[in-house]
Amino acid sequence: MVEVDVAVVGAGVVGCAVARHLAIDGASVALLDRAADVGDGTSKANTGVLHTGFDTEPGSLESRLVARGHGLLTDYAAAAGIAVERTGALLVAWDDEQEAALPALLAKADANGYASARLLDAAEVRSCEPHLGPGARSGLSVPDEWVIDPWSVTLAFATEAVGAGARLLLATPVEKIVSGDGGHELELPDCVVRAQWLVNAAGLGADRIDALLGHHDFTVTPRRGQLLVFDKLARRLLCRILLPVPTARTKGVLVSPTTWGNVLLGPTAEDLEDRTDTASTTGGIEGLLRAGRRVLPALVDEEVTAVYAGLRSATEHRDYQVRLDAGQRYVSVGGIRSTGLTSSLAVAEHVAGLLDGAGAGWSGPAVSSAPPVMPPLGESQVRPLQDPDRIASDPAYGTPLCHCEQVSRGEVRDACHGALAAADLGGVRRRTRAMNGRCQGFYCGAEVVALVADETGSDPGSLTRVPR
Amino acid sequence: MSDPAVLVVGSGPAGLTAARELAVAGVRPVLVVDREVEAGGVPRHCDHTGFGLQDLRRSLSGPAYARHLVRRAVGDGVAIRLSTTVTCVGDDGAATLVGPGGIEVVHPRAVLLATGARERPRSARLVPGDRPAGVFTTGQLQQWVLLRQLPVGRRAVVVGAEHVAYSAVLTLRHAGVATVAMVTELPRHQTVGAFALATRVGLRVPLRTSSRVAGLHGHGRLEAVDVEDLLTGAVERVAADTVVFTGDWIPDHELARRCGLTVERATLGPRTDRWGRTSRPGLLAVGNLVHPGETAGRAALGGRDAGRWLGADLSSGATQVAARGLPVTVARPLASVVPSVADPGDPPRRLLLRTAEFTGRRLVVARQGGRELGRHGLRHSVPNRSLGVPGAILRGADPDGGTVELSLA
Repeated sequence: MVEVDVAVVGAGVVGCAVARHLAIDGASVALLDRAADVGDGTSKANTGVLHTGFDTEPGSLESRLVARGHGLLTDYAAAAGIAVERTGALLVAWDDEQEAALPALLAKADANGYASARLLDAAEVRSCEPHLGPGARSGLSVPDEWVIDPWSVTLAFATEAVGAGARLLLATPVEKIVSGDGGHELELPDCVVRAQWLVNAAGLGADRIDALLGHHDFTVTPRRGQLLVFDKLARRLLCRILLPVPTARTKGVLVSPTTWGNVLLGPTAEDLEDRTDTASTTGGIEGLLRAGRRVLPALVDEEVTAVYAGLRSATEHRDYQVRLDAGQRYVSVGGIRSTGLTSSLAVAEHVAGLLDGAGAGWSGPAVSSAPPVMPPLGESQVRPLQDPDRIASDPAYGTPLCHCEQVSRGEVRDACHGALAAADLGGVRRRTRAMNGRCQGFYCGAEVVALVADETGSDPGSLTRVPR
Repeated sequence: MSDPAVLVVGSGPAGLTAARELAVAGVRPVLVVDREVEAGGVPRHCDHTGFGLQDLRRSLSGPAYARHLVRRAVGDGVAIRLSTTVTCVGDDGAATLVGPGGIEVVHPRAVLLATGARERPRSARLVPGDRPAGVFTTGQLQQWVLLRQLPVGRRAVVVGAEHVAYSAVLTLRHAGVATVAMVTELPRHQTVGAFALATRVGLRVPLRTSSRVAGLHGHGRLEAVDVEDLLTGAVERVAADTVVFTGDWIPDHELARRCGLTVERATLGPRTDRWGRTSRPGLLAVGNLVHPGETAGRAALGGRDAGRWLGADLSSGATQVAARGLPVTVARPLASVVPSVADPGDPPRRLLLRTAEFTGRRLVVARQGGRELGRHGLRHSVPNRSLGVPGAILRGADPDGGTVELSLA
């Protein structure tokens, strides 16, 4: 039996942010996830755009929390050493309908309190982004849309939460919740968590947790987004995030730099039934390539490094669904779309405010805490292999292991240890970038598996899930 | 250390052979760097015989061949530095080396790139589906089994039907994995008839021609592979826990491209002449970087030629030059030619051609403008297998007459 003030169900970026905030406030927190790692669901597939919220619905909760979250996360990333590139974004209009939509978007940005957006004519668009395909009519510049390393954000929040005393319970699907005057009892496969308060940040499973508490406010429809990651040699082709102009007919796809030095093309938007179907499809890939060829023709001549898909937890509502049931001592955080990475710290602040307003009190005093220093994974940062002092301190940081992503042996070793040690190879990838590059393990695959097996004392066969 | 006279990037057959030629020519010091922990390149993990036939005139296993090249180069005075990566070669030729000893900038008189090639992984081939474990390239599989003795799986599908695919079947067998199907988009295999027969009949591995892998399934671990018959469109789901993507080589050209070298569209390797000279003086390129998927022996011979020219050039104090000569191009169904720059007054011993499809015996014709320069009889061709044409076919070309095009008559 684990007894805590608050149980947070879901260790995605939002759940980790909430757990961190409450733990720092003095709450005893249990952070639960069915996966074996934090950020292993929807959060890991985030495009890594740090949004201004210029195009959110004015007056919505999302509008407010994204705008607030942008500043909070920018500061947090700077303190934690998480890569942010201040690229700016450019919406490009390719036809009459899109061109006609730009002034309304500018007005929407204004209504959202974002004043730096600006309309650009065709010549300005071309001079900003000379590799754009022919036919770009005009554009809208949004200088404060940036890119951030999404994996390190979740990991940093979880690391800080654990540092502030939160209990991280991974690979623990919630099977049953019994709620009463004494709080909530969450039945997990191997233990029971008794919590005074419950925060539901279960993403794709948020409506199911909600239903366990007797609420039926929203239904999650997984919306699949397929994405192509292009080789780093494509990075020179663009400076800004190239956003589509949404119209009645289509939302379009974005072309974005990543903090890892690649170029991202996507996502598709397909409403599914299956909450586990993260497969890419021929049609999805072909559609992305067609769209990409129009926006940035030279992009599709470069090699594709990775194809992946994520499931956004869309609901029938347009806005975030954050609700307090004070009597039940329950907060549900649902419908957090892809803007949730940006808004995560503001969502946490909002949830903490709701709990405070409902009279929640914590068993401990507030904790003084600082963001952890995260490994520098961004191309804009000094990586260990570029850092003479780091190499002098330990030659393992000067020993190349993953050549495509320039990851040293020391970094992979480090990822296998500590409070947030990687549980599997996916965890190693998200903590180090190892094996994420253009060769996808042709050179380093065997070396990385051998090293991780060695460092974690696990069997290489189980690491790679070899059938017995 | 003091600045090397020549920095060789990559310790595979091409790099080691070039370095050794330089040392034999009296160039000192010659430094070979490799990012791997061991020198020798891809042959280190190719545990079959047939290495060395073209350059050493004898047949060795891959690891033995790699060891031989390393010993010979070191014996002749070449220095090799391992676990060291070259992050940049500046406009002034200064190269930045990163290794366990730290970061060092060296100023060689010339840099020879021999960074090799890799197989396109599943993602670059845009194979849709889930992203489970159990998805390999041959190079990864060989290191997995031969260098690290890691467990692989039980049932495999092998994608491709070139030599390397048959090598993958043997590696899988060695690891206790049964190959349940080989899949090729082409109408037949691209290897030696005896290998194909022995695999199909002796090992009972069916070859599915005119077929492709249309999807992967499995959460966590691969469970099945969709094989689509390209003629009928029928898709069959084949149970497998392992899939190996073979061949489809792409040069490891990142450093070459970051150095600004002109790259050929057909091969994605740097544009070079017979001596490995590129579009940038002082920077040479050899081996699989220039011609991906070539045999180790041919890569070594290219390294030898480049090493000899560079050795003579440095010894004579001549200024280094870029690739010299006429552009050489091909017309379909020819897919590529190497070298792609040739001096008609000093042509390469031979041009290596590759085709996009199977053809019978044909004549290859060289033309400049509308004028025919020469023709040469070719044996039947197999996609991705090189055919030699004597470089003398270019002799009649006008040095100022522009591109020479090779086509099939």
